[in-house]
Amino acid sequence: MEVVVFVFSLLDCCALIFLSVYFIITLSDLECDYINARSCCSKLNKWVIPELVGHAIVTVLMLVSLHWFIFLLNLPVATWNIYRYIMVPSGNMGVFDPTEIHNRGQLKSHMKEAMIKLGFHLLCFFMYLYSMILALIND
Amino acid sequence: MQVPSGYGLHPQNYIAPSGHCAQGPGKMTSLPLDSQCGDYYSGLYTVPTQNVVTPNTASQHPGAQQMYGRVLPAPHVVGSTLGSFPGAVSSASHLHTSASVNHYNSPAMDSANSSVASQGFPSTCGHYAVSTVSNAYPRVSYPSLPAGDPYGQQMFTSQSALPVRPMRDHSFSGQNTAVGHPPPLPPPPSQQYHQQQNLSGYSTLSWSASGLPSAQDNLIRNHTGSLATANSNPTNPVADSLSCSVMQNVQPPASSPVVSTMLSGASSTRTPPPASYPAEPVASAPQPSELVQQKGMQYGDYVNNQASSAPTPLSSTSDDEEEEEEDEEAGVDSSSTTSSASPVPNSYDALEGGSYPDMLSSSASSPAPDPAPEPDAVPAPAAAVPQPSKAPKPFGYGYPALQPGYQNAAAPPSSGAPPTGPAYSGFQQCAQQYPGLNQLSTGLGGLSLQSSPQPESLRPVNLTQERNVLPMTPVWAPVPNLNLELRKLNCSPDSFRCTLTNIPQTQALLNKAKLPLGLLLHPFRDLTQLPVITSNTIVRCRSCRTYINPFVSFIDQRRWKCNLCYRVNDVPEEFMYNPLTRSYGEPHKRPEVQNSTVEFIASSDYMLRPPQPAVYLFVLDVSHNAVEAGYLTILCQSLLENLDKLPGDSRTRIGFMTFDSTIHFYNLQEGLSQPQMLIVSDIDDVFLPIPDSLLVNLYESKELIKDLLNALPTMFTNTRETHSALGPALQAAFKLMSPTGGRVSVFQTQLPSLGAGLLQSREDPNQRSSTKVVQHLGPATDFYKKLALDCSGQQTAVDLFLLSSQYSDLASLACMSKYSAGCVYYYPSFHYTHNPSQAEKLQKDLKRYLTRKIGFEAVMRIRCTKGLSMHTFHGNFFVRSTDLLSLANINPDAGFAVQLSIEESLTDTSLVCFQTALLYTSSKGERRIRVHTLCLPVVSSLPDVYAGVDVQAAICLLANMAVDRSVSSSLSDARDALVNAVVDSLSAYGSAVSSLQHSALIAPSSLKLFPLYVLALLKQKAFRTGTSTRLDDRVYAMCQIKCQPLVHLMKMIHPNLYRIDRLTDEGAIHVNDRVVPQPPLQKLSAEKLTREGAFLMDCGSVFYIWVGKSCDNNFIEDVLGYPNFASIPQKMTHLPELNTLSSERARSFITWLRDNRPLSPILHVVKDESPAKTEFFQHLIEDRTEAAFSYYEFLLHVQRQICK
Repeated sequence: MEVVVFVFSLLDCCALIFLSVYFIITLSDLECDYINARSCCSKLNKWVIPELVGHAIVTVLMLVSLHWFIFLLNLPVATWNIYRYIMVPSGNMGVFDPTEIHNRGQLKSHMKEAMIKLGFHLLCFFMYLYSMILALIND
Repeated sequence: MQVPSGYGLHPQNYIAPSGHCAQGPGKMTSLPLDSQCGDYYSGLYTVPTQNVVTPNTASQHPGAQQMYGRVLPAPHVVGSTLGSFPGAVSSASHLHTSASVNHYNSPAMDSANSSVASQGFPSTCGHYAVSTVSNAYPRVSYPSLPAGDPYGQQMFTSQSALPVRPMRDHSFSGQNTAVGHPPPLPPPPSQQYHQQQNLSGYSTLSWSASGLPSAQDNLIRNHTGSLATANSNPTNPVADSLSCSVMQNVQPPASSPVVSTMLSGASSTRTPPPASYPAEPVASAPQPSELVQQKGMQYGDYVNNQASSAPTPLSSTSDDEEEEEEDEEAGVDSSSTTSSASPVPNSYDALEGGSYPDMLSSSASSPAPDPAPEPDAVPAPAAAVPQPSKAPKPFGYGYPALQPGYQNAAAPPSSGAPPTGPAYSGFQQCAQQYPGLNQLSTGLGGLSLQSSPQPESLRPVNLTQERNVLPMTPVWAPVPNLNLELRKLNCSPDSFRCTLTNIPQTQALLNKAKLPLGLLLHPFRDLTQLPVITSNTIVRCRSCRTYINPFVSFIDQRRWKCNLCYRVNDVPEEFMYNPLTRSYGEPHKRPEVQNSTVEFIASSDYMLRPPQPAVYLFVLDVSHNAVEAGYLTILCQSLLENLDKLPGDSRTRIGFMTFDSTIHFYNLQEGLSQPQMLIVSDIDDVFLPIPDSLLVNLYESKELIKDLLNALPTMFTNTRETHSALGPALQAAFKLMSPTGGRVSVFQTQLPSLGAGLLQSREDPNQRSSTKVVQHLGPATDFYKKLALDCSGQQTAVDLFLLSSQYSDLASLACMSKYSAGCVYYYPSFHYTHNPSQAEKLQKDLKRYLTRKIGFEAVMRIRCTKGLSMHTFHGNFFVRSTDLLSLANINPDAGFAVQLSIEESLTDTSLVCFQTALLYTSSKGERRIRVHTLCLPVVSSLPDVYAGVDVQAAICLLANMAVDRSVSSSLSDARDALVNAVVDSLSAYGSAVSSLQHSALIAPSSLKLFPLYVLALLKQKAFRTGTSTRLDDRVYAMCQIKCQPLVHLMKMIHPNLYRIDRLTDEGAIHVNDRVVPQPPLQKLSAEKLTREGAFLMDCGSVFYIWVGKSCDNNFIEDVLGYPNFASIPQKMTHLPELNTLSSERARSFITWLRDNRPLSPILHVVKDESPAKTEFFQHLIEDRTEAAFSYYEFLLHVQRQICK
């Protein structure tokens, strides 16, 4: 059982890592003017919910399987994802709004956020990997 | 000798010629001369390719080219002669005068009488081909003329009282006068002879050229600003100066006291120079008539410059340009540009001829230059003269030229007109010796007369003690502390302003100053004069794509250093050619390098597709509510009246849609007997009933369109449909427009209630005067934003006219315009009979809206010196990438703001530059780039930063930031931020700079109005709390703050109050033969109102005349036309035209105020006891209201906050 949980978490985490990298690449494309704000934001907004769900599933899974430490580690990030999604003003086109993204340094803060998440997911990845191996050995 | 006489005759014809010219393209060509020319220049230029500046039609081109070839030789000849006979100043001057005369004549010749012209020429010239000359003229002049209308531009406009049109008139008059001048001409012949002899074959050409060019120049200028502009840039400082002087003369009174002073100075200076310099062409000529002549001269110079410039550039470097703005365009018009170019050359020739002599003469008369340069306007000619002489060796030049400028210089900064200023002479040197300049500027600080701004702007003002902070005259933009040459080259503050005219060296210093740093732009302003450059090669930096501008430095003759990224670039071969002297190696004299505001005709590299035609679509609400309000009558009437004035060319297309709960299309295809109405009732899945014929050619279907407009107002009179399917109608409009792009004008009268984009009422009337939370400032749905972005992607802008009596959720609806670069008009409680003032306002707004200039598929890019970065943009547009603003449409009433931050220390530079480039398609289908460049000094000390604060710009930027804050956070946050801006900046100043006691509220003189303006902002509809404000009114005020240019915004924030019952001619200015009194500004406080007086409040979009209870009956009778106070009606919106002195004064003053702005404001006469007076009194922002501080209380509040 343990093994299944961590294998799943590991896969999920890989997906999240890829997603973070994708965010970073897309945002930096925008920074360099390779793509325009409209297409950048529509690309990114598509993945906001999958990211939110993917992360929430792992978090819940950890809670269910009673891995408290990992759960608590994941909780703030998951909360932030949900908060960010809920707090989008009604007139905006999503978390990433093409008309706002160049204003008030939003692009930079999005970039920073994506970087932090990438680091966090990498950390989680090794943690899951370690836990999975541990679980396999214990089996 | 004979020639002059012939010219004299012609002048009469002059006015007529414009028409003729247009006709005349075919004539051009006698080629013999060309062949000569070709030989002469063959090595250097390829004549045909050039491009001329003028926007003109293609027809002229062929001739132009020919002309060009011919013309060129002439100038050369002149040059040669000059070189050979340096002493012959007098001759040169003669040429000039003659040239001017000729110019006038020339049009006439063109128009009809080639024969006459030919006769005159032959006699003088002998064997030279006369015909060529005549041909050349017509073309040149013509092209220039057409260009003028749309693009007339001048830095003066804003300041000057005169609206664009008046300006033109003036110019015309000037021409006429010039014509009168002929007499002076006669003298030249001797000189001419000289030259001719020398030249031999060429001499004739030269002659004609000299005379013609000036004439052409004159014509061009007057007729069309654009041409003049193009020409003006290049070499002739003189021309510029002249133009300036002229302008000033025309307008000066209006603008400001400063201007007037300048003029006087100029005039005074002027007189001396002529005496001293026989050589000067202009000066030498008729001094009394100086102005006129000057114009002529200037024009001539400009033209010449352009012409010369045009030819050279031809060759190569097109490739570079593509990148930036080009995304959008696909280029079509290369051919057109070339054609346009051809006409220009002609003008150039003429110009060159005119200018050339000047140049020569100037060189010859060495002594004159120094004194001459100084007087700004006037001196220009003189200044120009000196320069030309040196021109050949610009590099060596440097300092000496500068000195003269300094001595005289003091006056210029005042009006902001400087860009065109005479100072150019110095300029070349400046550019070349860039590093040197800085030193100079610092050195100058002490020397310069005016530049005492520092002491003045830093003079500590004790705000709580000083009761009259508001000056008596309107506040002008501070002048950057640059040396004179740069100052004169700098961009007009009307187009481009920075909140800090002294840029702090580091972000830390900026943070210490606690002042906002940003730019305020009005890039597409109506100008009366603008250099237009047609050139195959638009010279730009290879790495940052900056356009070459007056602030670059030339390292040597072949290389220039970008002033934004410091990359060293090669000077393209074509750019090396100096049109004025006809020699290589003087790139710094080209118009691009002589003017900080220029317009390029772009090549096909700047297009992604062929330039679109002008396309206008009107989407009209015809629900019961709309019919009840009755706006259709006014709209259709306005459209019928202005149908022929809609900007566009023969391709212009127009379409109409109406909607209630269904959508109605109108088939206007040519050939139908009457308009066909097609109804689409499926609003969930909108489709176009027929693929074409909904947007039809305006000229082909004009009758049908008129039929429709006549029928529309009555078509829906009995409708019972109350629903409004705005969303689906917009989707349909988008589908209709997406193949071409263009402008959609939406008229809406209620909350959209059907289909996509339907809205609910969100306003709670009980919360209108809440002091706590104001909600719903942001949009309720993203439908309109998405639609706007879609439209923006298809180059379609949506303009919204909201005429509603109830809440209509402007916050949501405005999104359709905000992000598609449209504009929003709001008419609360609109009803065509119950609310006549709103109806009148709509009428006037529509007139302006329909006829104003428009640019399509535009993009704007703002660049700044390395180390600075832009992080937030304000205005109506979509930011497509970091610094690229996508503007589906651009109109002359749109303003923008940009916030800046300092990312890297600017220690290694003493100047920073900002450049905006606006690429657009004109309504004539030309791709154009308008470039503004602003140069500012960098300072390292806090006092210097404070000394350079532009308080109006800072307030406007703060207002923009506060709007953002209100929407993204909350209104109270925004209000706090505004107050904190005052508290922080004043306390930072107090602790860092002022050594005075802290108990008093001390501000530097440059910031003394800051608290007053912030208080005014807090009492603005957008930000006020505690006073009942409807949500839509508030949101509309916010929209206006975001998209209005600074000049209009300042009037809205802080209206001007004048006492008008005792107008006198003291200090009056003269505009268009009218005397305009200049009453002093009153502060906005009831204490200034007396019951015995009458006051005029200028709020930008509305005027109030408040009449006191015991106002003098003479005033009421003479001005208002009623016997006494009691008989004045409650609603009075016009001043009667009475034949009394006081009535004339009042009306000329009000007319003058009106002419200064694009929208004609509505006038309300408010009686002291009428209920409407609350409207008036709410603008008295220095007074206490139940919910807000008085000015004094606000100061005390700020002081308390500082002391905390």
